[in-house]
Order: sequence, then structure tokens, then C-alpha cells
Amino acid sequence: MTHIGVTVDGILRHGDVEPRRLLVHWLREDLGLVGTPVGCDTSNCGACTVLIDGRSAKSCSVLAVQADGTSVTTIQGLADGDEWHPVQKAFKECHGLQCGFCTPGMVLAAVDLLSENPDPTEQEIREGLEGNLCRCTGYHNIVKAVAMAAADMKGASA
Amino acid sequence: MTSTVERTDGAAIGRSDRRKEDGRLLTGRTNWTDNIQLPGTLHMATLRSSVAHARITRIDTSAAAAAEGVFAVYTGADFPDLLGTTCVWPVTDDIKTATMPAICSDKVSFAGDVVAIVLATEKYLAVDALDLIDVDYEPLPAVVDMEKALEAGSTNVHEDFGTNQCFTMNVPWGDYAAAKAKADVVVTRRFINQRLIPSPMEPRSVVAAPMGMSDEITIWTSTQIPHVLRVLLALLTGINENNLRVVAPDVGGGFGAKLQINREEVLSVVLAKKLGRPIKWTEGRSEHMVSTHHGRDQIQDIEIAATSDGTILGLKVDLKADMGAYLQIITPGTPLLGMFMYSGIYKMDALDFTCTGVYTNKTPTDAYRGAGRPEATYAIERIVDELAHELGMEPLELRKKNWIKHEEFPYTQIAGLTYDTGNYEAATARAVELFGYDELRAEQAARRASGDKVQLGIGISTFTEMCGLAPSRTLGALKYAAGGWEHCTIRVTPTGKVELVTGTSPHGQGHETAWSQIASDIIGIPVEDIEVVHGDTGRAPYGMDTYGSRSLAVGGQAIKAAGERVVEKARLMAAHQLEVSPDDIEFSHGTFSVKGDPEKSTTIQAVAWAAFTAHNIPDDMEPMLAGESTVDPQDFSYPHGTHLAAMEVDTETGMVTLRKYVAVDDCGVQVNPMIVEGQVHGGLAQGIAQAMFEGALYDADGNLLTASMGEYLLPSASDLPSFITDRTVTPSTTHPLGTKGIGEAGTIASTPAIINGVVDALRPLGVNDVFMPASPQNVWRAIQTAQNGGAA
Repeated sequence: MTHIGVTVDGILRHGDVEPRRLLVHWLREDLGLVGTPVGCDTSNCGACTVLIDGRSAKSCSVLAVQADGTSVTTIQGLADGDEWHPVQKAFKECHGLQCGFCTPGMVLAAVDLLSENPDPTEQEIREGLEGNLCRCTGYHNIVKAVAMAAADMKGASA
Repeated sequence: MTSTVERTDGAAIGRSDRRKEDGRLLTGRTNWTDNIQLPGTLHMATLRSSVAHARITRIDTSAAAAAEGVFAVYTGADFPDLLGTTCVWPVTDDIKTATMPAICSDKVSFAGDVVAIVLATEKYLAVDALDLIDVDYEPLPAVVDMEKALEAGSTNVHEDFGTNQCFTMNVPWGDYAAAKAKADVVVTRRFINQRLIPSPMEPRSVVAAPMGMSDEITIWTSTQIPHVLRVLLALLTGINENNLRVVAPDVGGGFGAKLQINREEVLSVVLAKKLGRPIKWTEGRSEHMVSTHHGRDQIQDIEIAATSDGTILGLKVDLKADMGAYLQIITPGTPLLGMFMYSGIYKMDALDFTCTGVYTNKTPTDAYRGAGRPEATYAIERIVDELAHELGMEPLELRKKNWIKHEEFPYTQIAGLTYDTGNYEAATARAVELFGYDELRAEQAARRASGDKVQLGIGISTFTEMCGLAPSRTLGALKYAAGGWEHCTIRVTPTGKVELVTGTSPHGQGHETAWSQIASDIIGIPVEDIEVVHGDTGRAPYGMDTYGSRSLAVGGQAIKAAGERVVEKARLMAAHQLEVSPDDIEFSHGTFSVKGDPEKSTTIQAVAWAAFTAHNIPDDMEPMLAGESTVDPQDFSYPHGTHLAAMEVDTETGMVTLRKYVAVDDCGVQVNPMIVEGQVHGGLAQGIAQAMFEGALYDADGNLLTASMGEYLLPSASDLPSFITDRTVTPSTTHPLGTKGIGEAGTIASTPAIINGVVDALRPLGVNDVFMPASPQNVWRAIQTAQNGGAA
């Protein structure tokens, strides 16, 4: 067992984990943060995406021990209290989700995308999200939502 | 382009309300089955056969049983009589039914069949122990190819049957031979509808737990069909149905993959009862790909007969449908769901339909979005394009010549279905306009003339489908074991809130929002005060669940009828309280008022309180305000539409690009246009994916080569364009809300649109078909074959 300390959604959490334990399993099973789902076992789908020190990462392909000392943001910690992140708001407004299983990963991937590129074209949004699979929406409204969030965030920072 | 026009008359139906579901889904406060962690849980892991066809000669579980954390290991010998699934649709009297055991004992029939299970205190330890189980297999020849499977001398998947032929059904409507005899042109083609893997984003998952002091076992499972599943689990396990509670919590997509009863569910229930502890199982993605049922997989031999002026006379359909190794819930019925749809939107004198189901050593097939109707639509829309080419006619003109004209509805087509309403002219005109059809045809001609290496093709699909299964008597006549009704109960609570209990079971479709909109219009209580209860047989005991685009088409009728009963009862109470005759009461937007004296009024919320206190209600009336209804639909639902695809094909590399896609759908009245559009988008992506990207591939030994998302190409955002969508509105006359199903339309329509476009681009090169998916490899091969003198 290895001792780790990770700031998860703003709170420092400690744990003793097997070296092979995946970050997503530590989050879900040990911390009870089940908002981050697991969609595949091959790091293809991106449903388990979280932010590690602000950058998106697939938490099924990160060992819990590798996250030691980092700050992790999950979908459960993205909103500022009751105030949703602009990406969350835009997903609702644009109907960018149906079953919602890919949504936590899609939202956090979009947050990372917009932090890198605040004013993406449609093609840049599509390419930026290609590591996250959705089976319900055909991506049409997800792309619209990310564009809306970009405009919203730009307006807020202007 | 959208049709999400907001209504201004105060009605909720027709309004693009943002979804009630989204709050929890966007903040991670979800309730997926795999989230459930109960004290004392034993985690189940499954050892799956690594070979497609073999006898099990020895199995040694002793090392696994002794491993850390392992509670028990079971093999087929422990459950010799327990079945893992059941087929509710034995389509012919002489069908040969092979049902998968819960755990195989002496033989495995596909790579992925279960040979042992481990229960352990932690999931990691359960999976570790699988590696310690020793199995000796005596390999048998794998039956992989359907046509070879039907040859004399083939190895049989199930030796007892002496054949791999599961069933053959022939239904002749009209006299095809007579129709063909009159024909000037007969076109025959062989189309392949390849095998697909449904792939909802949430893997299957089940938790079964004995609950406290009662005999009840609660089963949380990622399913589309909690109600049907409860009945089938009772039948398979012998456990009293009253002691089984099935809950479908948040369910992350289904697409047919979760319209099933699976061996892992059966085993979890049996073991929870036997051991008195919660049992939990969640599949990995690669496990999903080999073990959760697949879809499609048909060889379609199609012949169309027509006169030289383009009048279609008849169609002959000869299908071979791959059942896989066993029959699951509706495996043999799935290809037959398309049986009535091969004539599509066209008038003809004869339709001769034959389908043979074939066993192979592959994962069982079953329903996948559209289930039989995408295959039928593919065949008719492809062959109509081929006929147009043979006749030298413009493909849209050929369609117009043969389709049912809007003034001819209701129209009884050749397979006996009566389409209630439709307007193919209007949908097509709108699609042509949005597409810029004439301009693209001009560009196509220019590229052909210049010999551009990137050719342009225009793909057309003018489709209809039958959904909203269905009148129960009709289903009975088709040997389908269940009914087609749907249930709704609406209770107005003492404080004026509403509990709407539905028998439908959503997994992404937005029922909580849309059902609230319907009820709000009928009972006059705001959408935000309505709670929709679904997917829990403990709270919503009656229902037939969600599949086949039936939830609104059938379930919506039950909501309307239940709501009207609430209003009727409330009207009598209001009349009593206002001391007038019920005939003098008007009801509008939640207020009961006296005709001619609108000041004298009460609200439905006030009536609900009065019904609760029951201090002053009519003598012959029971307290409380509620209404319920179980509705058997009058008929199927027949949405339709016109889809157009502009396809660019690089004739040197075979690379296909979808440049523009227009979908004009007609699903009658739209309850929530935003949700309708979302259903269309998602449906398009799946149908386009069949045409361009996806395909389950097996090697000659029956190993699935596409057993992960790395090999099985689910499209990402960068693989698809934005879509141009619109709707025409031709209300249904057989469904009281005027609605038609929309969940599958996009998938059904889009596959032939894409392939028709690819073939249209390559016509100058002599290509008349392209195998799906239209990958660069398959397209390049089609070009080479045609250039070398043969048709693809």
C-alpha cells in the first residue's frame, strides 16, 4: 500500500492504495465520488475524464499513486457552489446531453479545450473533443454548447 | 436549421423546454447502477470462453477458490438447469430454439460464452482469480459464415438440431411471379447489412440484493425493460414475482443493447437469494463487445420488377439473418420486424418475403436501434436507386412516380399495414430546398465532365417505418409473447403537486421533461410541479418499457387518458364545491369556473386538497384525486421523412467524406422539438456510422477481431459534420396526441442515404455497390473490381 494525498474538488484527501489502483476507482469506490463514470477499459471513450492540475486526463489511465500531490477536479467540483460553470450551463441550454453518461468527461474535456483555445472554430471543437465518445447526441449539440460556452466566457472576461 | 418555434398560446406541448434531467447529469449527482455500493457486496467476475466452439473436457477451479478474497467459484455443474436468457418470440411453429445456459457445462458456442464465475470481496480480487481457473477445451470447427453454415455437411452449432437453420419464414403478399411476368426490367442485387455492436456508453451493470427482513430481492440493473425483466426473472428463477423488485436507475443509453435479459442478471438474482448477500457485476468494455448482443448481420438478396416507365410492380426479398449462437429475447423476431417494411413508401402489387435464421458460433444478435427496419429500408432505398440507374431515370423522379400520394392516405400497403397519414411530397420538397439539390447536381455533372479525382454523389433516402409496438392482438398474431399496451397513473397530491407514474423506462430520451409537458397541458398544473416516476417496479408496477420508438407513441396515449380521468373527477368535485351542475363547469389552465360567471371558480390544486380532506365531496365519490389508464394502441406509428447526403469520394484512395446531410423528418405533433431534434441527431450518427465506420469482424476461427473501442470505430466529433434538420408536421390520426415515434428514424433513414451517395459518386466508374462500412479499403476495392470488369 502506498500513501497518497490528493486535493479533490478543493479538499485534501488521503488514502492508502495498491500501486495498481486506478485513479478512477479510488475516486469512485474509496472516496465515493461516483459522478465520474467508467465507460471503457481501454482509455478510448473519455467518460472518466477529470482535470489534474487543470489539464484534462482520463482517470482510467492514471494510477492513483500518480495523482499524489496533485489537484483533481471532477464534475462534482466544477460548479462554484450553486453557480454552474459556463460549459455546464451551455450543455443544458443547447441540449448537449441525452443519457448523460459521457457528459462529465465531455464537459471537463471542453473546459480544458477552452482554457487552451478560448475562441475555437467548429472544426477545432470537433478535433479537440475527439478523445471523448458520445453515442446519443451525434455531437451536433455538444459542439453548439462548447461554442456557446466560449462566447459566454469571452463575454464574461471582456 | 431548427423547427424549435416557441408557442405563444401557453401550451406546454410544442415547447422546447430545457430538460429536468440535466441538473443531476451535469453535476455528477447521478445514480448509475455501478455507483451502488452496499455493505457485504460480493463482486462477480465472469470467465469467458477464449474459443468459439469447443467441448469443455476439464475445468479446475481449486486454485481460484483458494485465492485471496475469493468467496466462491461456480461452474456450469453448480447450476445445471439454470438458463441465462429466454426467447419470447418463437417466430414459427417449427423454430429450433437454442437457449444459452447461465453457465456452460459441457460445451461453449461462442468466444465470450461463460464457463465459470468468481465471487470475491473486491472486484480486483475477483478478476485476479479468473486467471487461476484452468479450462481444457477440445476444439470443434467454428461455424462463422452463414451460407457455409447452411451447406450440407457443415458442422452444426447445436448438434441436436442436425442443421444450422433456425427457422425459415415465407410470406407472399400478392403474386410476385405474375408481377415479374409483366415487368420490362428486373434488377437483382445482394446487399450485406453488416454486424454491429450497439455500444451504449454505460456498460451493463447489475446489483442484486436481498432486502432486510422481507423475502424481497431488489435488482438494480442497467436495462431498458425493468417490467418485462421482472416477469422473465420470475419465470427463469422460480422466485415469486412479488419478491422481485427491478429498478432501472439512471441508465446510460441502450439502443436495444439493454432490451434484453442476460445471464449475469439471472445469476446475480439466484446468488443473492442463495447467499443472502448483495451481488454486483459490471462489465468491462471489451467484455461488452463479446458478450452483449450484436445487431444487424443480414445477407439480403433483393429483386425488383418494374415497367420501362418506372412503375414498380413487385419486390422479392430473400434474407439470411445471423442469429449467433443462441436465441435471446427477440433474436429471431428482429429481422422480421422489417418484414412489413420492405415496400417502404411505394405502391406495388406484390412483395414476396423469405427469411432464414442461421445459427453460427458468434455472439447472439438481437435488437439494435431500428431492429429489422434499418435493414428493410436499406434494401428498398438501395434497390430503388439501382432501378433508377437501370432505367436511366432521376432517382427522385422514380420515387415520386411510385410513392403513396398524400391525398391517398390512409393507405393500406402491400404487406397489409395501413399508414394513417403522411406527406412525402412536403418532406421531400423541404429537403430538396435545404439541400440545394439542383446546385449539387450541377456540381456533380461538372466534376464528372472534368474527370475530377474527387467525385460528388447525392444520396437519397425517402423512408417510412413502423414503430410504437403495438396493438397487443397484432403482436399475439405474430407469436410475440408480450402485449403492446402502456400504463400511466397520475396522482395530484394534497399540496397540488403531481406524481406521474409511467410504465416507460427512459435511458436518455428526456421522458421526465416531455411527460411533464403532456400532463401539464391536460391537467393544468405547471411542469415544475410534476414529478415523473419511472423504471422501478416498486413504485411503477405496470409497464411495457422503452424500445421501438414506443414511449411517446404508446405511453403518451396513457398519459393523456390518465390526465383526462383526473380532470373528469376534479370537474365533478369542483361542481359540487361551486354548487353548480358539472355541465356548467369550464376547465382551462388549471382553473374550473362557472360558465357565464367566471368569478366563481376554483383551481385543480384546491380541488386536490378538498379531495384529500374529503370533508365535502359528492356522496358517491371516493376521496383523493388520481386517474390511471392502461392503453392498448389502435395501430403502429408511421413516421417518415426525406434524407439527402452529399458524399465526396476520392477515386484514387477510396476516402469518403460526408460533406452535407439534410434530414427532414415527419413525426407528427412534436411534444418537445428540442428533444425530437436531439433524437434525430443521435439516430443519424448511428446510421451514418453503419454506412461509414462500424463493423464487427470475426476471423475464420470465430474470434471477434473488433473487441475494443480501439478496433471498433465508433465515430467521434471529428468524424461527423453538423446536420441540417427540419420537420414537416403531418399529425397521426390513430394516436390521440397526433404524435409519431422518432427514436429510430434517423438511424433507419441515414444508412441508405450515405451508401446511395457513395455509389452515385462512383457510377461513372461502373460501381453499383459498396460494402459497408464505406471505408477507404472497401471503396477502393469496389472501384478496382468495377474497373476490372466485374460489378462490386
